Parts: sequence; structure tokens; C-alpha cells
Amino acid sequence: MAVKKFVVGIFTDEDVLFPAIKKVRSAGYKIHDVYTPMPIHGMDHALGLRETSLHTAGFIYGITGTTTALSGIGWVFNSDWPVNIGGKSHFDLPAWIPITFELTVLFSAVGMVLTFCWLCQLAPFVRKHHFNLRSTDDQLTMVIECTEKSNEEEIKAFLAGVGAVGINTQVAETEWWMGRYDKDKTPFEHQGTALA
Amino acid sequence: MAAPLLYESQTRAPLVQGPKDYHQITEDIVRPIEAAPSKLWWIGFLISVACLLFGIWSVTEQVIYGVGQWNLNRTIGWGWDITNFVWWVGIGHAGTLISAILLLFRQGWRTGVNRAAEAMTIFAVMCAGQFPIWHMGRVWLCFFIMPYPNSRGPLWPNFNSPLLWDVFAISTYFTVSLLFWYTGLIPDLATVRDRAKLKWRKLMYGVMAFGWTGSTKHWQRHEALSLVLAGLSTPLVLSVHTIVSFDFATSVIPGWHTTIFPPYFVAGAVFSGFAMVNTLLVVSRKVLKLEEYITIEHIDVMNKIIVLTGSIVGVAYLTELFISWYGMNKFEGWAFAQNRVNIFSPYGWAYYIMMGCNVLSPQIFWFRKMRRNLTVTFFMSVLVNVGMWFERFVIIVTSIYRDYLPSSWATYYAPSIWEVGFFVGTFGLFFTCYFLFSKFAPVIAIAEIKHILKKSGKIYKEKDKINHIEKESIDEFAHEYAHAH
Repeated sequence: MAVKKFVVGIFTDEDVLFPAIKKVRSAGYKIHDVYTPMPIHGMDHALGLRETSLHTAGFIYGITGTTTALSGIGWVFNSDWPVNIGGKSHFDLPAWIPITFELTVLFSAVGMVLTFCWLCQLAPFVRKHHFNLRSTDDQLTMVIECTEKSNEEEIKAFLAGVGAVGINTQVAETEWWMGRYDKDKTPFEHQGTALA
Repeated sequence: MAAPLLYESQTRAPLVQGPKDYHQITEDIVRPIEAAPSKLWWIGFLISVACLLFGIWSVTEQVIYGVGQWNLNRTIGWGWDITNFVWWVGIGHAGTLISAILLLFRQGWRTGVNRAAEAMTIFAVMCAGQFPIWHMGRVWLCFFIMPYPNSRGPLWPNFNSPLLWDVFAISTYFTVSLLFWYTGLIPDLATVRDRAKLKWRKLMYGVMAFGWTGSTKHWQRHEALSLVLAGLSTPLVLSVHTIVSFDFATSVIPGWHTTIFPPYFVAGAVFSGFAMVNTLLVVSRKVLKLEEYITIEHIDVMNKIIVLTGSIVGVAYLTELFISWYGMNKFEGWAFAQNRVNIFSPYGWAYYIMMGCNVLSPQIFWFRKMRRNLTVTFFMSVLVNVGMWFERFVIIVTSIYRDYLPSSWATYYAPSIWEVGFFVGTFGLFFTCYFLFSKFAPVIAIAEIKHILKKSGKIYKEKDKINHIEKESIDEFAHEYAHAH
């Protein structure tokens, strides 16, 4: 839980936003995040984010599924309840492929989605501070964090210089909290108040 | 991040028509959710609910008095129920094909139709699942099919049985499709949430959107997740109908015991699924006024897939016919020559309906004019699904109604009112769900359309041409392409 002060710059065109990000970063300002209504190709690189490891997690979950299926069926057929089906082998690998495959996919998919929700803190009744409600509609919102050293007015002037069409300052909670979107009540006094 | 469309074809028509910007896309797609439902919506919805209620009545009747309420008999142990099961599962396949396989192939046009197609997949699989479950008779014991430590031994299900493979395949397919669909829906639900004026809408979409903000890091993970889920769904969708075909192919019944079944069933599934997508979209785009997003271009491409898969299915029909003769197995030969091809046999008519609807009629889509004609498309989409229903009926019933011994030849099988009612009920379930979906969720993936807008939107494409970003004209491009050495 941390309440911080942010300068919010609003953009309408990604062709303006990309050079702006470059300038803001090279000027040494700390970009908290950029909120966009759609995935924008290359934005993660522009912000210097590292590649996600979600794929690796998916692979591990998949392997877990494969192992579960093979060991489970193998145990049932060979040790727990071996049934003699016309003298056929108890270790009947080809016939286990379909279920093994399905469980691999199932474990991988369910695991990855849960991990995704965990990492991005997505769940019903989760509330977060939204810097700009139109950043799920048509605006691209760049949020710059203010530290003790930074000069708020200077950041604002800088953002105006790189093409932001709207600029404001917000004091906001950076973490999520349990809440409903139909109630404006916020857990903290300073929550989401636009100061300028 | 993975871009769904890296290269934009010069010759392909724009995927988004009209002068659109990001905000206009939101407005257009969210409009049906925010406006009161039209009279047409209510009529369709109430008819669907009525069908659903009739289905519930039919099933209740069957549960109370037993499976004997259906006209199945000693020889025909599987009739309409399994036919309907396979038919509904098949319909579901197009959704996954559009959302997963076409994502991997970087087909930009999928963005206009994927959301509705995925929803259709989920509803179709829900309908399919009803048939095996209620056919169990003592439905309250249906959890017996799942492997779990029990007090009966423990007694395990047979993991070598295609029927158990089906349990795993269908339940996995449903779960993965649902996850894929919902993760795609989250950003769009957030769009609806952030526009909401009414209290209940803020609450409902606030809960459903899981607190999505549109953060870059979240988008990066979202893209990675979509891509991997697509990669998983692609073999999954092939496996599901393969396993469904194993229900028949691994048995030793003449007419079922064929190795061609897996690819033939998958092609048939895609075929009927695309037809169902066309049925839904030709109506939806008109009623919801989304013609600029689901363009004639989309319909055209889907009709091309219909003629392709229809022809694959046709080749499969002819191949199995040839092999039944060439294999020189008397029983196999009889099943095809006498029980199917012979038009004067009790079910000969069904075979020719199947051939006519699935193989001959889609050939009309070789003509561009026909592919782009909405009336023809709609009519054909219904015809194809009639044909595909008859395909399953022919495979199932004509293979088993004449047993090895003429003394066990069944009397003519016709469904009872409760079997028909059950089928009608699944239509009710499917369309009830679809109507609710089209009212409460964005029918088109808003974020994905925005993502392709500046590459495939009409005004942007034209602007690009003026700016000579793509320096060649279409003619030059085609000329060079033709002379590429």
C-alpha cells in the first residue's frame, strides 16, 4: 500500500506517444505506467519492460499435467486395480495418449490463466485507481511518478512539450483494494483526487 | 508483444469500413449493450426460452420414466442423442478455429468475428454435453464417469475407453474455450465499465472486468497468454473431434470401423461450424448494425472456407465409399452399398440429403457473386448444417440398424416426441445464451479491432496509399509477384 503523487499526460495518437516516451525516459523521469485501450506493438520495449515469463510457467504447468495423467493412469492400471482385459498389457501407453494430451492442455491453460490473474491482480471485486477513464476507450495515458526531487511543474511543461493533449496531477493508491465500481468510496483520504 | 497482423496486404479490402477512430469503435460496438433491447431481440429471446422450456420438459419426462421414452431399440442403441451430440460439438469447432488457428496464421480478418464465434463454441459445447449426460438415465450418478477415489473399490473408469477420452476431451475443450474467451473479454468489459452511467452497470461490469486498467505490463502478459492459449487450442480442437470420431472408429461395427474418421470428422466439424457462424453473423451484423466491422469481405472469406472444407468432406465420403468396395469386406461393403447408397433402402434418402447438402450445394461458393450474397450465404449456412446433421445420422443409424444377423434387424427407427423435444431444447439453450451474450457483452473484440484499425481501417489504408508508405500500386505488386523468379 503506497499513496504517491503522479503527473498524468494524456495522448491521442501512438505516433506521438512513442517519441514522447523516448524523450521522457531520456530526460530521466520515472514512468509509472502507460495505459492503453488496446495492445500496442513495441510499447513494452519502449518502456524497457522485460519479456514476460508466462510462457515458461505455461510449460511447467503442461508438464505437470502430462506427469499427472501418466502417473495416475499407470498407477490405477498397474498397481491399484489391475484389470485383465483379454490378456492385454497393463502398461498400455498408446491408449493413454488422448487423456494425457488433454490433461497437459488443461493444466497448462488453467495454470496460465490463474497465474496471469495473479500477476496482474485481476479478480472480481478488485478495485484499482484509474488515472483516466478514457484509457479504456480512445486515450493513451502516460503516468509519471513524482519523487521528492522532481519538480511537478517542470514535468507538466515537459509533457506539454512532447505532445500531451491533457495534463493533470493525481495523488493515488498504487495497489489494488477490495471494492465495487458503483461506489465512489475509496479506502484512503487522498484517493484519486485531482489536485490540478 | 505479438502483433496479430504484421504485414498488411495491399490487395485485401479494408477490414474496418467507414471513417472510424478509436472512440467511434467503442461507440459502435458498445451501443447494443447500452441501448434497450429491440422488439426483434425480445421476440427471438422469448422463442428461444420457449424452446428451452420444451427441452426441459422433454428431459424431465425422460428422467422420470427412463430412457425408454426415446424410440431407441435393441439394435439402434444410439440414435438422435449421439447424432445431436456430435453435431453440436462439431459446430463448436469453428469458434476455436477462428480464434486460435487464425491467430497463429496471423489472419487479421478474424478480429471481426472471433468473439461471437468463441461464444458460439462455448454454447455449442454446452448443448453437446447434455446428450451423453441425460442418456445415462440415472443422471444423478453422472459423476461416476470421473476418476475419483470412491468407496466402490475404489473402482476406476476405463482409461482405455474412447468414451472416457471423450469425457476428458469435451470437458477440457469447454474449460479452455471458456478461459480463452473470457480473458479476451476482460479488456472489453473494462471499456463498458468505464463508460457506464447506471449504477447496476458499473457494479456488474466492474465485477466482470476484474479491475482491468489497460496497463502496458498487463497487455504484454495478455498478449503472451492469448498466443500460448491459441497454441494450445489448436491441437486441442483437432484432438476433440478426433476423439469424438474414435467413439465410432475404434468399434468393430461395419461403417464405423474406418481409419479415415479423425480427419474427416475434423473437416466436417469446421465445415458445419463456419456455417453456424455465418448463420449467426449474417443476422447479428444487421440487427446490431455492425456491417462496418463484419463486412462482406468477412462473409466472403468464411464462404471460401466452407467450400474448401465441404470439398474435403466430399473427398472423404467418396474415399470411404471406394475403400468399402476395394477392401472386399462383405459386411463393410454391405453397410455402404445397401444401407447407404441404395436409395430404396430404409435410410437411403438420408444419404442423398447428406451428399446434396454437404458436397454439391457448397460448390456454389466457387462464384464470387454467390459468396458475397447475404441471402445465398444465409440459406446455404442453414443447408450445410442440415446436411451435417444428416451426415452424423447416416453414420450412426445406417451402420447399426441392420445387425450381422437379419433376425436382429431393427424395425424402422423414428424419434419419439421427447427425443425431438430434447434436440429443440438444446436449440433453445444455444440461442438463449447467444441472445443474452449479444445483449450483455461486446459481440466484437473492441481492443482487437482497435489494434488493427491503423493497418486495416479504410481511411488509414487509403491515407497510406496517398503517403506512398507502400510504394507499389496493386498492379505493380501483382505484376512483380507473377514474375518472381
